[in-house]
Amino acid sequence: MSISISNISKSYKKVKAVQDISFDVNPGELFGLIGPDGAGKTTIFRILTTLLIPDDGTATVAGFDVVKDYKAIRKSVGYMPGRFSLYQDLTVEENLTFFATIFGTTIEENYDLIEDIYVQIEPFKDRRAGKLSGGMKQKLALCCALIHKPKVLFLDEPTTGVDLVSRKEFWEMLKRLQKKDITILVSTPYMDEAALCDRIALIQDGEILEIDTPEAIVNKFPKTIYNVGANNIYKLIKALQSYEHLYSVFPFGEFVHYTDKRDPFKTSDLKSYLENAGLIDISIDATQPNIEDAFMELAK
Amino acid sequence: MKKENVIVAEELTKAFGDFKAVNAISFEVKKGEIFGFLGANGAGKTTAMKMLIGISKPSSGTAKVAGFDVYSQTESIKKNIGYMSQKFALYDDLTVKENITFFGGIYGLSRAKIKEKREELISELGLENISNKLVGSLPLGWKQKLSFSVSLLHEPKIVFLDEPTGGVDPITRRQFWEMIYKAADQGTTIFVTTHYMDEAEYCDRVSIMVEGKIEALDTPKKLKEQFKVASMNDVFLKLARNIE
Repeated sequence: MSISISNISKSYKKVKAVQDISFDVNPGELFGLIGPDGAGKTTIFRILTTLLIPDDGTATVAGFDVVKDYKAIRKSVGYMPGRFSLYQDLTVEENLTFFATIFGTTIEENYDLIEDIYVQIEPFKDRRAGKLSGGMKQKLALCCALIHKPKVLFLDEPTTGVDLVSRKEFWEMLKRLQKKDITILVSTPYMDEAALCDRIALIQDGEILEIDTPEAIVNKFPKTIYNVGANNIYKLIKALQSYEHLYSVFPFGEFVHYTDKRDPFKTSDLKSYLENAGLIDISIDATQPNIEDAFMELAK
Repeated sequence: MKKENVIVAEELTKAFGDFKAVNAISFEVKKGEIFGFLGANGAGKTTAMKMLIGISKPSSGTAKVAGFDVYSQTESIKKNIGYMSQKFALYDDLTVKENITFFGGIYGLSRAKIKEKREELISELGLENISNKLVGSLPLGWKQKLSFSVSLLHEPKIVFLDEPTGGVDPITRRQFWEMIYKAADQGTTIFVTTHYMDEAEYCDRVSIMVEGKIEALDTPKKLKEQFKVASMNDVFLKLARNIE
């Protein structure tokens, strides 16, 4: 195992940040921790990167114990924290040289690993890190986390607040890194990114709701989901919320996702109910669940 | 039925030296509309929003917000709009009640009105049991919902929401949007930025900024038709990629 966590718990005063969490990440796997703010994702990262000692449980990274062998772990992992934590007053190149030096290596030695990321920021190599745009900061931070050729890479919310285009590029970079035999643990609050991972853990309030491949998690969804549309989404939601057979209703893009307590059921009944509620242009079509549907069902 | 415009911008521009962060954008937003204001990081959204809420003077162009001029009537604008962002929401070291009272005071509501609003809001959000707790101890989702309600305390004509749902869990995110729908249904105009493309679909109309300009503006349905794609996700990617 590249990462192995057994029954880890951690509390801050009265707040239970993570409770009895266990999971394993295989070598070369791209594993996602998917959950909202406050779910405990950062606490798990800090324990695995030896910055925080768990109250209970054990964990190993690259075969080393997170408490006993912390020094060995620090040499063999790369960590990109959620908050930008490079030296703002050093230039792009100085930051990279600095991180290479403290890990006893040089930029040249592992350049192949960062090349396709670094070339994108190289035109700005004399610019101070603090003056970079969000997307460029993110790329520099990734280069700095990779420069000593880590066995395991920890990325804590690398795409939060980043626009769709940069997010897409970032995931393409991760896919390429994975091919270079680096195990990656990545967290994200964006559920659509879950599908890009080999396996994911859905996490909320310090507990794991489910661990599996994204496909398997979606396939376990217990109900048929319907895309329901109408002329006025707000009135549609209100009408569905007072429908006696409602199981759940959530807005999803231009439609709402509706599930019924009866499964299967006659959609024509629902249609006439909605018509009586004064809605027009009603459409009801079965659709596939996605990770967000699964998360919401599990978090209920 | 033709509704009045509550935001009108014409050729609105903000330059920093030679760089035009916002480059002659023109658009209108109607009363009760949910207007999505999208764009990549650095496209100029925040700069444009700052001009509209009266905290940054435009370099050129004109804009009226709630009927007031963005050059000369910024104080009136501030009284007639609500604002909420992920970065600044509420005071963590004040309780739920204290935050409501404080912001009610800032917005110039009378004591009686603040009391009435405070009770109404606490019961609507179901916060009775925690109304004396510090806001800092609440989960993010609750904070965001409370923060949105607080931005509506003075019954503004328009409320500006800057990435209101970042990092929020999917259920709360949807409850948040139900609150937005409700406010819009009652006639409040919603001006919202987001990185969640499914949320773009919830908007009546969406504008997409690319490098300081509005490159697309229409209903989500028409934008998808125009770009011949199935989702707003793809509209966004197509626009941003094509420009590069």
